[in-house]
Amino acid sequence: MAKKKHYQIVIQSIATLIQNANFKGFFTGKIYQGDTKKVCVPGLNCYSCPGAVGSCPIGSLQNSLSGYSFKFPYYVLGLLLFFGAILGRIVCGFLCPFGLVQDLLHKIPFPKKIRTFKGDMILRKLKYIILIVMVIILPIICKLTPVFCKYLCPSGTLAGILLAFSDTTLFSVFGSRFAWKFCILSIIILTSIIIARPFCKYLCPLGAFYGIMNKVSVVQMSCDKSKCNNCKACAKVCDMAVDPSVNCNHTECIRCGKCKNVCPSKAISYTNIFKEK
Amino acid sequence: MKYKKISSVLLLCLSVSMIGVGIYQNQPDSVLSKAIRICLECVGIG
Repeated sequence: MAKKKHYQIVIQSIATLIQNANFKGFFTGKIYQGDTKKVCVPGLNCYSCPGAVGSCPIGSLQNSLSGYSFKFPYYVLGLLLFFGAILGRIVCGFLCPFGLVQDLLHKIPFPKKIRTFKGDMILRKLKYIILIVMVIILPIICKLTPVFCKYLCPSGTLAGILLAFSDTTLFSVFGSRFAWKFCILSIIILTSIIIARPFCKYLCPLGAFYGIMNKVSVVQMSCDKSKCNNCKACAKVCDMAVDPSVNCNHTECIRCGKCKNVCPSKAISYTNIFKEK
Repeated sequence: MKYKKISSVLLLCLSVSMIGVGIYQNQPDSVLSKAIRICLECVGIG
């Protein structure tokens, strides 16, 4: 099981490195300007990160929606639908750089880790409100303003910090907006040590979008009820606090595979929607 | 399950069609033009 656990971190690390392969940028403070930035990456990875070689889908979607002359964002929305229709939230579990950051932070020992709490599931609806209000409605109303990126996105704040380390003049222009975003990033970092993936659970609009598509994506989780002995080992190990034996394609499931690895009767597996009966 | 499979195929077709329409309208260039400049809002300056 330990070996399989290791695989997730390895895949996450490789995905993060590939999406941030402009290593020179970390030293020069210059962001990548090549053609690969025409394509959005599946996970949350700010395009202002000095290493980023692709575009952030949420940032690109807001920019497409907030232009002076409204054009339906066929391309960005098409890419998001494509990733979601094939992978669902497996993007969160394996491909998202900010998911990796939170997973690593959660490995820091803390006396009392919190798996779930009263109102947890209700609070998780917040990400759908953020998706609709901050990513879709407000950018259409407030022209040229990517509202989610401007006020909430911690990935952008991290990108700003990385840029400032390589170009220290940036520190002098950081003001109250940066202070606000830095507070949010700090809260997410500290909370990640106690609660697994708080940003994915409560705030991420990308997770909300992919979560809606979990049930119809090509990649699926399958629970063979004839093999399941109802021991609930899968539910106990799940960082997202879902019970795979009841609903293995829950909107909150990030398909990390921990339930599959821990299942004593091998009832849970990865499958595809065309194999499902 | 049959409806889920149909929905999955339809979504895939829709997404590929949308990407095609977007490319036809040169939308990847708009994405690139924004992504090659530092997004001041994103990093907390603008």
